[in-house]
Amino acid sequence: MSELDISEELTIELLVRFLRSEAGKFGFDRVICGLSGGVDSAVSVGLAAQAFGPENVLGVMMPYRTSNPSSEADARAVAEALGIETRKVDISAMADGYLGDAQIDDRMRRGNVMARCRMIVLYDLSVEWGGLVLGTSNKTEILLGYSTQWGDSASALNPLGDLYKHQVFQLAAHLELPCEVIDKAPSADLFEGQTDEDELGFSYEEVDRLLLKMIDERWTEAELVAAGFDLDFVKLVASRIAANQYKRLPPIIAKLGPRSVNHDFRYLRSWGR
Amino acid sequence: MDCQLHLAQLEPTLGNLDANLAMHVETAERAVEEGVDLLLFSELSLTGYFLKDQTPEVALKRGEGPLARIAELSKDVSIAAGFVERAADGQLYNAYGFWEDGELVGLHRKVHLVTYGMFEEHRDMGAGCEFATIESRHGRFAVLTCEDAWHMQGPMLAFHSGVDALLVPSASPARGVQANGAGLGSVQAWERLLSTWALLTQTWVCHINRVGFEDGIGFGGGTRVIDPFGESTAALEGLDAGTLSARMDSAALDRARVALPLRRDDRAWILARELAQRAEAGGWEGRAE
Repeated sequence: MSELDISEELTIELLVRFLRSEAGKFGFDRVICGLSGGVDSAVSVGLAAQAFGPENVLGVMMPYRTSNPSSEADARAVAEALGIETRKVDISAMADGYLGDAQIDDRMRRGNVMARCRMIVLYDLSVEWGGLVLGTSNKTEILLGYSTQWGDSASALNPLGDLYKHQVFQLAAHLELPCEVIDKAPSADLFEGQTDEDELGFSYEEVDRLLLKMIDERWTEAELVAAGFDLDFVKLVASRIAANQYKRLPPIIAKLGPRSVNHDFRYLRSWGR
Repeated sequence: MDCQLHLAQLEPTLGNLDANLAMHVETAERAVEEGVDLLLFSELSLTGYFLKDQTPEVALKRGEGPLARIAELSKDVSIAAGFVERAADGQLYNAYGFWEDGELVGLHRKVHLVTYGMFEEHRDMGAGCEFATIESRHGRFAVLTCEDAWHMQGPMLAFHSGVDALLVPSASPARGVQANGAGLGSVQAWERLLSTWALLTQTWVCHINRVGFEDGIGFGGGTRVIDPFGESTAALEGLDAGTLSARMDSAALDRARVALPLRRDDRAWILARELAQRAEAGGWEGRAE
């Protein structure tokens, strides 16, 4: 038993209600979601299938020519297990149209372009499907800024945003999602052999334990070190969180008038709904 | 006091007075049909909770529009409901009104506005400064609006006012999904807190929470009635909207107060003396933190 453990039943009940309620306020009862073959998108669509019925969830696979073929196979296994409809849109031509002309070799830039191509596809298909774009970013990656701004982080509704990766795995197991999705090493699959944990330089389990104490329980650096966390690790994670705050907020607006959007013009999206 | 109650655990629409009034009317009509004496709604039941800049837009003067309709309904059933009050001097309050026989007979302005974490009530509303007693034909009541129940002054004053029941309307967010098998952490905390107040004040406690979501923040339900021994006598489980039927009577109050003579043995004068000394020594606002 981990201190990160949540009650799966309770969490799923809340998240299913959240999806129905928030989509329903805007007249939607269906969603569309990028299906990468990873655990996050699998859990997101698993929750959506419970909330709206599998027939109202569209999973979109969007491989690039270098994507690992097993990702698509895993995505299909998830869709099959849940009984949701799928669509495949190869983004190679779309991405290469820009990447080739611009001669971009930098791995990060290429990955960001791919992520943003996928966002364009999802938002476009959402009109045809008549559903909201469902997010798949979990709390660990949101805090670490481990995502592409306006790319994979873009969505209308995100059921995973307050769940650490550990907890996403818990829900995946509880939802009985295919084991190949749960057992494989998490990867953004933006280049060959990429894994999240290699790229981050630490394990999800390790960082989730730290984030729980640092963020949710507000432990100080000294307290974290006294509890056994390595000082350099604590500093690295803290600096990543602060450095990526910009990804978590809307663009900065310069205040000029008496009531400025995002400063002192304050309404929820649920305004009147 | 012998009182048949309905506690309405509803899902108000944020800032939509018309929709929320319609919901109140429908709930009241059902209560009348069922011969209910007292119908209780949650905090800000007529407006929704995270109002922010909508606060002044939905504020109501006493007797205005929807409140006149509630007053009208109260000819057939006593009603308590939450709204944003626009006071005569223009200040806005998180108010909980109590209507009976067509009149507003009590109004509590939330004293302890929550302004921390996800809450920013004091940014938009002023704080009340008293815990008045409501004299109803169904009993004597004190209102503790949500955070008011997390401070000792309100329950303590209610204890000394000899009320029969604490009415605790709230808009409490659902939080805490830890794997301890005991349900939502927020609902557990409320149950512990209010059971304790029921025991210590030897009164009935009616907790009326809401459900639904406002921009991702869910409200946790857990509406319940607790007897003067601290035991839940009726509760709504889960996160659905619904109405809880319950009964409160004087017999339980009498039994509790005989079994444990807390009132007889209270030494409120010690508290009064100590507080007076502290007030004289420098007041409250300027005290060293």
